[in-house]
Amino acid sequence: MNLLELNDISKIYGNVKALNRIDLTVEQGEWLAIMGPSGSGKTTMMNIIGCMDKPTSGTVLLDGINISTENSKSLTAIRRDKIGLIFQQFHLINYLTAVENVMVAQYYHSMPSEKEALEALERVGLLGRAKHLPSQLSGGEQQRVCIARALINYPRLILADEPTGNLDELNENIVLDIFKQLHRDGSTIIVVTHDPEVAEDAQRTVVLEHGLITKIKENERRGLS
Amino acid sequence: MFFRMIRGALFRQKGKMLMIAFTIALGASLATAMLNVMLDVGDKVNQELKTYGANINVLPKGASLLDDLYGDEEAETGESNQYLQESELGNIKTIFWAFNIVDFAPYLDVNVRLNAGADEVRVVGTWFSEHLNLPTGESLDTGMASMKDWWDVSGDWPDDADASSAVVGSALAEKNGIRTGDTIEISGAGGAKSLRVAGIFSAGGDEDEQMYVPLSVAQELSNRAGLVSRVEVSALTTPDNELSRKAAQDPKSLSVKEWETWYCTAYVSAICYQIDEVLTDSIAKPIRQVAESEGAILEKTQFLMLLITILSLVGSALGISNLVTAGVMERSQEIGLLKAIGARSVSVSWLVLTEILITAVIGGAAGYFIGIGFAQIIGHSVFGAAIAIKPMVVPIVAALVFIVTLAGSIPAIRLLQALRPAEVLHGR
Repeated sequence: MNLLELNDISKIYGNVKALNRIDLTVEQGEWLAIMGPSGSGKTTMMNIIGCMDKPTSGTVLLDGINISTENSKSLTAIRRDKIGLIFQQFHLINYLTAVENVMVAQYYHSMPSEKEALEALERVGLLGRAKHLPSQLSGGEQQRVCIARALINYPRLILADEPTGNLDELNENIVLDIFKQLHRDGSTIIVVTHDPEVAEDAQRTVVLEHGLITKIKENERRGLS
Repeated sequence: MFFRMIRGALFRQKGKMLMIAFTIALGASLATAMLNVMLDVGDKVNQELKTYGANINVLPKGASLLDDLYGDEEAETGESNQYLQESELGNIKTIFWAFNIVDFAPYLDVNVRLNAGADEVRVVGTWFSEHLNLPTGESLDTGMASMKDWWDVSGDWPDDADASSAVVGSALAEKNGIRTGDTIEISGAGGAKSLRVAGIFSAGGDEDEQMYVPLSVAQELSNRAGLVSRVEVSALTTPDNELSRKAAQDPKSLSVKEWETWYCTAYVSAICYQIDEVLTDSIAKPIRQVAESEGAILEKTQFLMLLITILSLVGSALGISNLVTAGVMERSQEIGLLKAIGARSVSVSWLVLTEILITAVIGGAAGYFIGIGFAQIIGHSVFGAAIAIKPMVVPIVAALVFIVTLAGSIPAIRLLQALRPAEVLHGR
């Protein structure tokens, strides 16, 4: 069953075609990597899938909803209910503790629960750092808080933009192990990356160049190792 | 969670919030100081202006008519046969605006011969510092000594109870070779008196050619016991407006409501009216030049204060606007993130506004107390007296701080609402 369908998607900024007639489907429970050099359209595609931008033409179906025609208010609601976002820069709120950063996502989704937020931090191995401010956490720890925040509302799709881009090898492996566990638990994950090692862990890799899909590759490790 | 976020923002971003609180405190302190001074400046300026003399002249009805027809000429000859009763003068301090009556002094003019000379000299009987026991049970000291305190007196003012002393105008003293401590002889219709010169005064006007004696002496010399020819009153008044001008022309032309408003406001015309009510056959008239100048100075001073208050609040609003907008720009990624994880623009706006309003309450409260301090500094340095703290300033300043903070936050809220998560989180 397809969770996401991109049909003939284009995104044009002035004279620049960031995405050019893209077709792509992602199945429920699939782990997909999107690769490509800078300016290839990776971030644009992520913004459209993440309901933070709309395509110039084409349709995007997320969990059966055509998000390409929804207004800003509806897109906010879809983003809140169906998507967990993970960022390269973590984007934690610097005056809130780790557990509070997780609870913020709950607050705008439903009801914040410190118990559930602590459980989410436990899943990423950060229970002991729950009361620390982001400035007191390492880059890897901050990224794990970001993952806990993305998971807290049980999203249909986890969308990660260069999740290991700012991490050393040790922390990169910790984060990838978390993704593997999430995948085993049945989560649908889309990872935007320029790192072939990270992409290799996904089941499928889509390569973008100049706004076009130039290659779709089934990976040997298939994300389940 | 909302309040945990607010608490986090306030306590973990102290520097930014203190800067906003400081700006609000500055505006609030200036508004508090200026409003307190503005509301109290009327009394302060009035008191300052009282040093320039009386602003109400009370005459007997008949003398007033002569005065209207012939100007000061008749009054100056002292030939009017109309008088006021000295025994009624204490009633002036029983009118509705009794507390606004600062001083008053009666006068009785008598023409006498000095040291058996050929020329007549004007002697004015008056109170210098008369102690009055009022019908209300209160008492006060009033008279020329306080009403004419800018007169330069060499020696002393006479004692009202001492019927053998006088003060002599400098021109008269020079013309007749009189010095302080000399004894002079004066004679009038009521007989002759020997007086000791307690002092020589210089008023800079016609008064310098006259001599002032206790009222009882003038009454004895003119055979007019218990009578006075006019009274000068110094009163604290409210500047004239359309209503008071209408009332001054004819109080009967006012509606009941207008009449009540006029009567219960310290307009010079209302005080004159009330003096007329308590002194038999009297006409109290404002000395227009003085009353109008006082009103004009007061109005201009209050307008200046109001202008400074408005400018300080506008400056504060601009400061808040810049700080909050800069704060929102600085927090654009945080705001973008909140929107990205599902917060609606209105929710984020409430969050930021609540932070700013709490900061405004803290800054406003601090500013209020600082402003009271500023008001006292202004009061002591300009008027040499404390400024009375008006409770009504508290709600006014609170409302102003609220409005200024909201107005100053509008550009930041508009910026915040226009922020798109994709643009701030991915730099697109």
